[in-house]
Amino acid sequence: MSVAQRAWGAVPDSVKESDRQLIAGVLLFTYLLYILAQTFLAIANNAAILPAVANSLQNITFLIAVYAIMALALNLHWGYTGLFNIGIAGFMAVGVYSMSILAAPATGSPPGLGLPIPVAVVGAVAITALVGGIAALPALQLDADYLAIVTVGFSEIIRLVLNASYFAGTVQDPEASGYNVVDIFGIQFGTGGGQGINTPTSSPADFLYSTTSLGDLLYGPSGDPNALGSAVYAAAESVGVNSSVVNGATYSFFLLLVVVTLYYVLLVRIGNSPFGRVLKAIREDELVAQSLGKDTRWFKVKVFMVGCALMGLGGILWQGSFGFVNPNTFRPIVTFYIFTALIVGGAGSNTGSVIGGAVFAAFLFEGPRQLARIVEVLVTSVFGSLPSPTTFYAAVVSLNPLAWLGYTIDNVSTLKFVFLGAVLVYLMQNRSDGLLGHRKEIAASIDLSDRTPRKRESAAADGGESDE
Amino acid sequence: MSDATDTPAPQGKDPDELPEVEDSDIEKAAQETPRGLPLRVQGLEKRFGGITAVDGVSFEVEEGSLTGLIGPNGAGKSTTFNCITGVHDADGGAVLFQGEDITGLKPYEIANRGLVRTFQIARELEEMTVLENMMLSPRGQRGEKLVNAVTPGLRDDVVAQETDLREEVWETLEFFEIDHLAEEYAGNLSGGQRKLLELARALMVDPDMLLLDEPFAGVNPSLEEKLLDRIHDLREQGYTFLLVEHDMDLIMENCERVIVMHQGKLLAEGSPEDIKNNEQVIEAYLGEDV
Repeated sequence: MSVAQRAWGAVPDSVKESDRQLIAGVLLFTYLLYILAQTFLAIANNAAILPAVANSLQNITFLIAVYAIMALALNLHWGYTGLFNIGIAGFMAVGVYSMSILAAPATGSPPGLGLPIPVAVVGAVAITALVGGIAALPALQLDADYLAIVTVGFSEIIRLVLNASYFAGTVQDPEASGYNVVDIFGIQFGTGGGQGINTPTSSPADFLYSTTSLGDLLYGPSGDPNALGSAVYAAAESVGVNSSVVNGATYSFFLLLVVVTLYYVLLVRIGNSPFGRVLKAIREDELVAQSLGKDTRWFKVKVFMVGCALMGLGGILWQGSFGFVNPNTFRPIVTFYIFTALIVGGAGSNTGSVIGGAVFAAFLFEGPRQLARIVEVLVTSVFGSLPSPTTFYAAVVSLNPLAWLGYTIDNVSTLKFVFLGAVLVYLMQNRSDGLLGHRKEIAASIDLSDRTPRKRESAAADGGESDE
Repeated sequence: MSDATDTPAPQGKDPDELPEVEDSDIEKAAQETPRGLPLRVQGLEKRFGGITAVDGVSFEVEEGSLTGLIGPNGAGKSTTFNCITGVHDADGGAVLFQGEDITGLKPYEIANRGLVRTFQIARELEEMTVLENMMLSPRGQRGEKLVNAVTPGLRDDVVAQETDLREEVWETLEFFEIDHLAEEYAGNLSGGQRKLLELARALMVDPDMLLLDEPFAGVNPSLEEKLLDRIHDLREQGYTFLLVEHDMDLIMENCERVIVMHQGKLLAEGSPEDIKNNEQVIEAYLGEDV
């Protein structure tokens, strides 16, 4: 840690104090590392450098953005209000499935409501807020640990209901034995069951590059590029970057620069206000907040609904952007990833949430895989090809360190969970506030320490400025 | 929200909010409550399982007075407090505040009517700064509505209101001489400083009456003096105080009226002189020199 501490010490204080600079610094540092790593790998594999770097950057940007979005939403629940919601995956599922069902054509399999995509997204966010509110009403009467149990149970119920064949909508003949279309007052739809469901688009960037008419905007573009799309694709092609990477990069940077910024601004506004102050007071001691005249239950219901809506939208922008989801996408592990991101960044801090999302995605989630690739290249260049034992037992009994390394590299995507656990244990013991949880983010719309001079006679001498 | 401080006519109340006491009794009590008696407790009862913690306690607190509620351990003082402030639901009896029945209301509803309490063990919002603690209290903050907090145009009003409140907060902190701690986390304050903060924070609600649960417990003598001075200052400004306290001498020296509870019942009520000479009180304290 001493190296990291020294590195942290070398960062100028002005950067540490300014949230925007801090976030920009972390992103820049991450990008630099990834560019170096990908350049190295491309050279080692005799591949073209630019396309490899571009592809890697769009991938990591996407992950950073979605984890930052989700960590910000969770920060409102857990960091600010102390609501231990471990049903995030469930609320994401409600968002993605609602959107998919609302937007799916009525003639599809499973059938949907055939609404325009923007309407479906807004509707899905509203539905998620509503579902959150319904879940909150009984659950928020409970203490923190019980709320956790209720929410994780709720999330699993949602996943299992989506997985069930009864509502799948795949057998559309009412006479058939397995008829499973949900029919409410003539409105027919299905969840797709275990087979999953199509989301409206597998390439959200098409909305920018392929939209030529209002119909494209409402029901999804056909895929033929418009003038802007043709120009951008051609420019990218000339440096060897194909259109799918361009699409991915466009969407990833849209998420990072637009959506994360909007979430951040919204949550900072919520947090730095009298509303946020009551949320913090609920986290610290609900009875005190009540004794000072705050109707805490209503605050909790409101904040739970808003947080769930943000989680639903986050789910749509994340899992809803691949063209297809199935219920297994929303296993509880997703919830724990998001919690890890927030814990790393520092619960209670919005800036920390963004940085936590970035650090988690770049170094804990994706980092081990990239590191393994680099190590593999380095080691094979020295020792030739690595042995790759098929089982842990075979690796151990071989008594060959290269076999151990080979086994580790082959199974790095599984072993990263061990690494994640170790990082969490270390953080809990040595830095339970996360990276930025120790910072004072004062819950007020103004700088409270800046004393207004209006009523103080000495103020003129202090040179303080009037705020009116 | 701010009109909650006024005293609405009792008959204007929503019938659903009334507790299960005979309507006619409440009506009668409300009418009988003189303007000079902001708090009136009638036949209050509270049972926990088989134990009767508060057994038919009735007393009144005069406007602008500093009234002390004393009694040996387990006399039911804190339970009485909790019943008055809505933390516990009373099993019987009624609590009237400014002629209005507040029995069975939620703690926040009672606070918003201008009856604010502090806690026996100072309950600070530890990971909030002293300033945040203070800014939390004021009633009717526009920014407590989510829409006002986030919508660009509406937020300007929130900022303006907060700027005014900030001044009030700093003045109150100066009054309690804890302004040098303003940016400290409340969790870093000493026991006595927390008690000061708790009183200051309660004051920021703009209450008509303050219920202080053992405000001097665990406070060093110099801070105790400061706290007492502040309470006397505030009383002169017209605030009404009811305080629970263990320290007999302190109550006898500072309060003009004393209520004594023993084993859940009201034992005596009167001036400190009366109480000192009351045989039953002396007996209850087992011959302790009062």
